Amino acid sequence: MEENRYELNKNLAQMLKGGVIMDVTTPEQAKIAETAGACAVMALERIPADIRAAGGVSRMSDPKMIKGIQNAVSIPVMAKCRIGHFVEAQVLEAIDIDYIDESEVLSPADDIYHIDKTKFKVPFVCGARNLGEALRRIAEGAAMIRTKGEPGTGDVIQAVHHMRQMNKEISQLVSLREDEVFEAAKQLQVPYDLALYVHEHGKLPVVNFAAGGIATPADAALMMQLGAEGVFVGSGIFKSGNPAKRAEAIVQAVTNYTDAAKIAALSEDLGEAMVGINEEEIKILMAERGQ
Amino acid sequence: MKAAVLAVQGDFIEHENMLRRLGVETMEIRQSADLSEPFDALVLPGGESTVQGKLLNELDLMKPLHDKIAAGLPTLATCAGLILLAEHIENDGSYLGTLPVTVRRNAYGRQLGSFYTESQWQGIGKIPMTFIRAPFITAADPTIVRATVDDHIVGVTYRNQIALSFHPELNDDLRIYEQFIKMADRN
Repeated sequence: MEENRYELNKNLAQMLKGGVIMDVTTPEQAKIAETAGACAVMALERIPADIRAAGGVSRMSDPKMIKGIQNAVSIPVMAKCRIGHFVEAQVLEAIDIDYIDESEVLSPADDIYHIDKTKFKVPFVCGARNLGEALRRIAEGAAMIRTKGEPGTGDVIQAVHHMRQMNKEISQLVSLREDEVFEAAKQLQVPYDLALYVHEHGKLPVVNFAAGGIATPADAALMMQLGAEGVFVGSGIFKSGNPAKRAEAIVQAVTNYTDAAKIAALSEDLGEAMVGINEEEIKILMAERGQ
Repeated sequence: MKAAVLAVQGDFIEHENMLRRLGVETMEIRQSADLSEPFDALVLPGGESTVQGKLLNELDLMKPLHDKIAAGLPTLATCAGLILLAEHIENDGSYLGTLPVTVRRNAYGRQLGSFYTESQWQGIGKIPMTFIRAPFITAADPTIVRATVDDHIVGVTYRNQIALSFHPELNDDLRIYEQFIKMADRN
């Protein structure tokens, strides 16, 4: 991959900042998301809550369905491939996708190796629970990171946990003497140059979004106040009573995430939130896939 | 001098960093209450124009910003910002509509069409240009055109407005900002 292309791919993530990326399964939902102010949509066959309910193996979506969504909206379209399934990624690149999510929401295709994302021209976003995972994904070529959270639950606890964990580890790395960064890189199991970047800049070298279990405007604002640069909302919108209104409210809450009076107003009359399941009630912890 | 950066969505922090490097004080506009603080210039950043345009309406920012720009507020607009300023958008309604040009959204296609180049900006010289799912201008009075790439118009200066298809905030070159500050100082 040319150096230039990776820069351009990181730059696209910069343009998404302060925005909300929404999971959609049909062109109609994609239109609703775009009209509500989504900065990008994630095209997938089933939203995570339904993937949980259906069980079995879940895979990359039908390219025809993704193309239908690409034709329906003018904002960037992302799609998921299985962890390690580089051919699904090649397919998504072939249909001119804007961003690939190598995602733990789908069944992993490889229990050891992630995709070598440096071999692709299109950008990748990957999930991470901590700094080590984030920097390993970046070393593999990811141009954007998101917390894993626990998808399809409507329960924000894991996204909060992952964001706090990452922030804590970044602070620790910053506070080290420079000659201690070598050992820190070894402990984190990450390349030294990426550890050094975090030590010097106090942040990841790519944009970092929150994802996994965000269901309300307050959830979204919580993640922004914890340092997320934007949010992914999966099941939270189209599993709720009034998707269009909830989507709009979450978009505005992300823009004015410190304005409690505004978030209060936005939270009124949103109808039923997704019912949600607690993280301890579920059988499959998607966040543990791909470390 | 104090510059306000529209901060409803997009890469506004990168613009703020560039302006601060030149000693310009910055503030963010996220809602109409922010407009009560005085400022001398305005920056419309990159991002998603559909999102920014929608939020301008919902947050009651569209009319006040339109009026300020139309009254002569020095304004720098990049990528999505250019779309917000344009009088005409192909296949779509306009937003602020203060800049007499026609733009085409996603004119270079999807992310695989994004590119980097260096090209002439009239009056400055060769500058770095990063295009991310960028628009270009399909119609403009030739006297306001400042930059073209492959015969497509990618930069214009019209009265108090400088508008670009690309992202000067993403490259380490301050000359567009210096030009902008010079214009704001004359104001």
